Amino acid sequence: MEQKTIVLGVIGADVHAVGNKILEQAFREAGFKVVNLGVLVSQEEFISAAIETAAEVIAVSSLYGHGEIDCRGLRDKCRESGLNNILLYVGGYLVVGKQDWKETEKKFKDMGFDRVYPPGTLPQEAITDLRRDLGLEAGA
Amino acid sequence: MTEKEQALLIDFGSTYTKLTAVDLGRAEVIGTAKAPTTVQEDIMIGLENAMRRLKEDYGVDPGRCGRRIACSSAAGGLKMVAVGLVPDLTAEAAKRAALGAGARVLSVLSYELTREEIERMEALKPDIVLLAGGTDGGNRDVILANAGRLAQSSLNVPMVVAGNKNAADAVKDVLIEAGKDVRITGNVMPELGKLNVEPARVTIRSVFMERIVAAKGLKRAENFVEGVVMPTPAAVLAAAELIAKGVPGEPGLGELMIIDIGGATTDVHSVATGDPTKPGVTPKGLPEPYAKRTVEGDLGMRYSALSLVEAAGVERVAKGIGQAGQAGLGGRKGLEDLEGREGLDEERIRSIAQDLNRHTDKVPVTEEEYQIDTGLGYVATEMAVERHVGYLETVYTPFGASYLQYGKDLTKLECVIGTGGVVIYGRNPRLVLQGALFDQAKPDLLKPITPKFFLDAKYILSAVGLLAEIAPATALRVMKRYLAEI
Repeated sequence: MEQKTIVLGVIGADVHAVGNKILEQAFREAGFKVVNLGVLVSQEEFISAAIETAAEVIAVSSLYGHGEIDCRGLRDKCRESGLNNILLYVGGYLVVGKQDWKETEKKFKDMGFDRVYPPGTLPQEAITDLRRDLGLEAGA
Repeated sequence: MTEKEQALLIDFGSTYTKLTAVDLGRAEVIGTAKAPTTVQEDIMIGLENAMRRLKEDYGVDPGRCGRRIACSSAAGGLKMVAVGLVPDLTAEAAKRAALGAGARVLSVLSYELTREEIERMEALKPDIVLLAGGTDGGNRDVILANAGRLAQSSLNVPMVVAGNKNAADAVKDVLIEAGKDVRITGNVMPELGKLNVEPARVTIRSVFMERIVAAKGLKRAENFVEGVVMPTPAAVLAAAELIAKGVPGEPGLGELMIIDIGGATTDVHSVATGDPTKPGVTPKGLPEPYAKRTVEGDLGMRYSALSLVEAAGVERVAKGIGQAGQAGLGGRKGLEDLEGREGLDEERIRSIAQDLNRHTDKVPVTEEEYQIDTGLGYVATEMAVERHVGYLETVYTPFGASYLQYGKDLTKLECVIGTGGVVIYGRNPRLVLQGALFDQAKPDLLKPITPKFFLDAKYILSAVGLLAEIAPATALRVMKRYLAEI
């Protein structure tokens, strides 16, 4: 079966590189094609990369608390750029301090993200969701 | 009888047909000559005129040179249009591949081509279209749609396809169906952020030899030479690579930059990795080719004198010319800069540029004319190098400042070579080339800080690039012999 492509990166002025490498490795081992943009990635870079590589998913990490500002408008820009059906995942320390997770999740879903993950999520959880969302059989 | 030990290197330029004869055994230039290019009537007339001069002036019989090869920028050079998908990604990669192949890039287009863009392409009459788009396994729709539109267009020129390999077959079928000449080659960007310009360069070069040489009326020359093997800018880039890398047993000069200031364009070639030289800098954007060429069509000494003033602004030009005056050019009545307010106001600058634009064959004679040329050359160099080198962007993160580097960091580059009339025949080539230097006022631009400056004193860079085809070690020795440090 054709490999599905994920564009991966850490958004905004965020330089946390370790989790990004772990995710790249995990997604790749799970059989996905990973286009890893690394750290300090802008919304436009995510979108350009997704266009050229015909990616099915953009997976955004944010670990420094500014995720809300950095991610706002990404869905609209995707639509504007012709990426109508792309899946948007986001995870990490998305907001500062101890805020209610339910609220944070809702905030990001309202911004157009399909999946929102709290800190401490294991890659396997996202991989299971990816398989489900992309219509791949579990364990394929 | 021919002398195996002699090579005749020919450059069919847009204005002059230039000859360089080299004694291969001694690695010595034994004669140079030039005559106006005659591509309209018969390319051989100009070539024969130049050869006659070579014989008269140096006693070198071109007919007896055992090796004869040529490059050409006659009849408009190799004109190309590059098409990609996203402007910053495959469109930019396609542009770089075309420039690296020595082309004049007339236009760079992205996304799905519109009817208006196709019409514009038809009007531009390129020699080759380079069609890219999508990483391997990535987007297929756009390159396919563009192939469909090119198929329907009246463009009847070779199309080099260097896009998503998974779309290549379909693209080929569509274009062949329409009777186009199609060449499939490696993707200019097989993976995101990975530049792969070499296969496209090689393919463009073979199309140039097979088709373009004949289309430009150069076929007759091929009865006399072994081949017109590449466009002239590609020969200069080949020379740059040779001088930088060296050959086994003969070391090169290391990473370098060549600045070619012409009448119409200013070309900058850098052969360098351009990796960050400071810690904590993250490279961003498309990786750069190791041998990179940029062409500034608006910066030149004659045809482009007006656009140079336009691009630089009157003040900058005035400053450049004033600086040449301070360096001792211009004689007692030399032109001062704007602040000096002596004879160099806006009107004067514009009239100077207009005059040069109208008289493109003008050679400086008076002190003042030398001063003007030196000043303009300085500004052209300064701007062309600014556009060629990379830059740093500062990003403030919660953990302090971070730096992003776009393009090449050439701050540690040790060697800058100048060529073109204004440096070779000018009064102060060093001042012209100092335009390439790092500027404290613009610390984000990664220009060389303390390079050595060299002069292509015999104007043989393109000849050396050609000679590298048949005798690289000799070509390198010839170049080293005639490079003058200034």
